[in-house]
Amino acid sequence: MSELLFWFMTAMTIGSALIVVLHSNLFYSALALVVTLFGVAAFYVFLWADFLAGVQVFIYIGGILILILFGIMLTNKISSVNISHSKFHQGIAAVIVMGIFSILGWMILKTPWLHIVQQEPSQTVGRIGRLLMTEYLLPFEVASVLLLSALIGAAMLSRKAN
Amino acid sequence: MDQLQNYLFIAAALFSLGLFAVITRRNAVAVLMGVELILNSANVNFLAFSRFGGMNFNGHVFALFVIIMAAVEAAVALAIIINLYNNYQSINVDEASQLKR
Repeated sequence: MSELLFWFMTAMTIGSALIVVLHSNLFYSALALVVTLFGVAAFYVFLWADFLAGVQVFIYIGGILILILFGIMLTNKISSVNISHSKFHQGIAAVIVMGIFSILGWMILKTPWLHIVQQEPSQTVGRIGRLLMTEYLLPFEVASVLLLSALIGAAMLSRKAN
Repeated sequence: MDQLQNYLFIAAALFSLGLFAVITRRNAVAVLMGVELILNSANVNFLAFSRFGGMNFNGHVFALFVIIMAAVEAAVALAIIINLYNNYQSINVDEASQLKR
């Protein structure tokens, strides 16, 4: 059952990512990005990262995607043409990207991966919080300062100069 | 679903698609969406290695920091895009080439 669900989520994620990349209407791309991000959150659940799945839904879908939709609506006519390069350029890019993907796939198949079988942890939030308060305290504080400076910087940048 | 390789393949596919969007899209918001796909693929990799490498939670913290970076990057990038639109009346990344002239 969960195996079936995994392959269904894989097909959904990759398919909607294809729509994000290829659709000519930017608004539909953004809506397909919602499905892709939900699919990635589902993979987090499969990877036993329930807290991260929640964070993904809150911050990506609730925050970043709303920002992107605002960006589309503020700067674009919804049905604008010409958001991609010509078919010729897309062909060249497709060849390059397929090359990179096949190198990555070859690497994934050839490497003898370490596989440590573990029990599923009963809870993840406490462990993450403990790591953030001990080993990763400095990056945690730096990230908060970075968020503050980005807030100020974004407000400064998007103001009309007078 | 209990294979590391499956997740790595999914992440590689998401990375390739995001790279394709960054290369081919001309609209700045669409380029930003490609960057989000790339960051998500990196996160899937972090969590996959965290689970199959002994479940030691360092990957979780890294993924958390990547999500924070993505939020910061999206906010600043959209401020830049709105500025671009005010100055050029379009957000075509090819037209913003004033520094080249």
